[in-house]
Amino acid sequence: MTDSESTTTQDVVPAQSTAGTGFASDNVQAVTVGDSVRAYLNRLRGGDMGSLPAIFGLVVLFIIFSTLDDHFLIKYNMANLAVQSASIIVLAMGIVFVLLIGEIDLSAGVTGGAAATVTALLMIKHDQSWWLATLAGLAVGAAIGLVIGLLVSRLGIPSFVVTLAFFLALQAIPLKLIGAGGSLRYNDKVLRGLSIKNVPVTAGWIVAIVIVVGFGALALWRYRSRSSQGLVHQPLPLVLIQIGVLAVIVLGITGLLSQNRAPNPNFFNISGIPWVVPVVTALLLFWTFVLTRTRFGRHLYAVGGNAEAARRAGINVNRVKVAAFMICSSMAAVAGLLSASYTGKVSPGSGAGNDLLYAVGAAVIGGTSLFGGRGRAMDAVIGGLVIATIPNGLGLLNQASYINYVVTGGVLLLAASVDAISRRRRSAAGV
Amino acid sequence: MSEPILELRGVNKSFGVVHVLHDVDFAVYPGQVTALVGDNGAGKSTLVKIIAGIYGRDTGEYFFEGQPVTVHGPRDVAGLGIEIVYQDLALCDNLDIVQNMFLGREETKGIGLDEVSMESRARETLTSLSVRTVQSVRQSVASLSGGQRQTVAIAKAVLWNSKVVLLDEPTAALGVAQTRQVLDLVRRLADHGLGVVLISHNMTDVLEVADRITALYLGRVAADVPAKEVNHSQIVELITAGRSGNLGIAENPATATV
Repeated sequence: MTDSESTTTQDVVPAQSTAGTGFASDNVQAVTVGDSVRAYLNRLRGGDMGSLPAIFGLVVLFIIFSTLDDHFLIKYNMANLAVQSASIIVLAMGIVFVLLIGEIDLSAGVTGGAAATVTALLMIKHDQSWWLATLAGLAVGAAIGLVIGLLVSRLGIPSFVVTLAFFLALQAIPLKLIGAGGSLRYNDKVLRGLSIKNVPVTAGWIVAIVIVVGFGALALWRYRSRSSQGLVHQPLPLVLIQIGVLAVIVLGITGLLSQNRAPNPNFFNISGIPWVVPVVTALLLFWTFVLTRTRFGRHLYAVGGNAEAARRAGINVNRVKVAAFMICSSMAAVAGLLSASYTGKVSPGSGAGNDLLYAVGAAVIGGTSLFGGRGRAMDAVIGGLVIATIPNGLGLLNQASYINYVVTGGVLLLAASVDAISRRRRSAAGV
Repeated sequence: MSEPILELRGVNKSFGVVHVLHDVDFAVYPGQVTALVGDNGAGKSTLVKIIAGIYGRDTGEYFFEGQPVTVHGPRDVAGLGIEIVYQDLALCDNLDIVQNMFLGREETKGIGLDEVSMESRARETLTSLSVRTVQSVRQSVASLSGGQRQTVAIAKAVLWNSKVVLLDEPTAALGVAQTRQVLDLVRRLADHGLGVVLISHNMTDVLEVADRITALYLGRVAADVPAKEVNHSQIVELITAGRSGNLGIAENPATATV
């Protein structure tokens, strides 16, 4: 105690004394590209593969389908694929939130159906404007999520059971409102237009360039502020490569969809990005921000990683859970609207089929863990594209539809195996 | 001896008919490591939970920095500057060190998180504790060893300018080298002027870092002595029999109560 008391006055050990110590090995600010690549490979070996298997799978699917069928890669089909995948992607984005906290929502598909029914009825039978009807549909979704969330967090019923019950019960809403065998037209100019109309080519280019420039500026600003403060950051070449890759993807898609893709280009002009693409992009950016840059997002990961630790840290775990279910159901409502927009109608069976399982599959294929604590909004986009590519490509090949089920099921099983195996390797390697 | 920073006087606690704590006095001094020892069921955990505000007291007073305080829950205790590092650590494996250290108390700038400030402060705290074993503050907690996790849990407690830190069995699951790291850290915390409470079954650890030892025996304080005045076997006797020579409880209370 005697010799230690002399140091009591010093709260912080002077910086130079740590410069030569092991903690100085935390000099990630001087990391090279080679080091980052090695660190990334180590993470992969440790089982933290993220979206890599899904991207790989998407590339494989594209190669297979484009060699087997000349029509797969044509511009018209690419635009089709974008529209077909939109509702799965949005549903999967909602599912990511409940998977993040280690729960599941089996009712998300039929929630979308119920929301689309309400929206369609308000527009057709009650002559409401499209935006009021849309808001009502979203409110239906949020309300369903609230009830599910309260049942799961307050009563402690497993989410699997609660949402299975909701899956069964909610199918009554469209059936009652529409009537067996009936269907509702869904031909509002704006809502239907999301799937069948395109962004004007010039506007599409402007938005694409704004996104690329915005991302680039943000990444460089982050790099500068973090490196000047001496914080952990990526090496500059890697930042530049990321900006470059994003620019190629965004501008490439814009360029592809901006060309005239009409079957007979001399008579028709179909060009521009379908409106759903900016809608999905906006949702992706918004939820990515929420997940990675806000307290709420951080708390979602914490609850999924270790709910007890989150509780002890003063996080209101129940509130986080309710919010996650509300986000999931609201996104399901959006997905229901997009799905109706694609098919042009709402029928009693909307959302009751395989939609939900496809969305769960999309999230898991994209790299979101079924065990909680791991996932991104981007996973839903990549996984959703994989899921949508399979029926699209098989359809072109004129395969019997049973093949479609087998292949999709196989891909999902593969993704879940990757998740389980990588989880095991993670706990072994501790990455 | 300076004033105790945290003091409990005459604490009694019963769960139904089971009288767990009998008139327990417990004091923590700034700049000292106070070891709380006792056999399983002696009331250590109950006492810690009363200090933490998780359990209420039946009778007894709670003083902090010489002032009587009322404590209604864990938040009040955290507000006083008392942090508890639990045995099972309460870290999220999927988050990195900075994210764990600020969990539940994230700093924000506008609507977003202020990562710059959090990372700097986490680094400062780890540096001030001379933590050298962590490669990067952005490392995921899952990749840390047991000793490093314990270090992060302790650093998390220290980050909040806490004045008292309670450590529940911090070395229980650790190897030799890691135990060494954690004990060094415990010592440094006290050297920084904090009041440290070390709950441990390992008498070697206790004798090595503790300044005072409070031994509980069947819910009573058997002894509250400077660590220098007792040896290994005396502590073991205090824990197992409640007395050792002229130290300890005069008669066996096991026959008198319960």
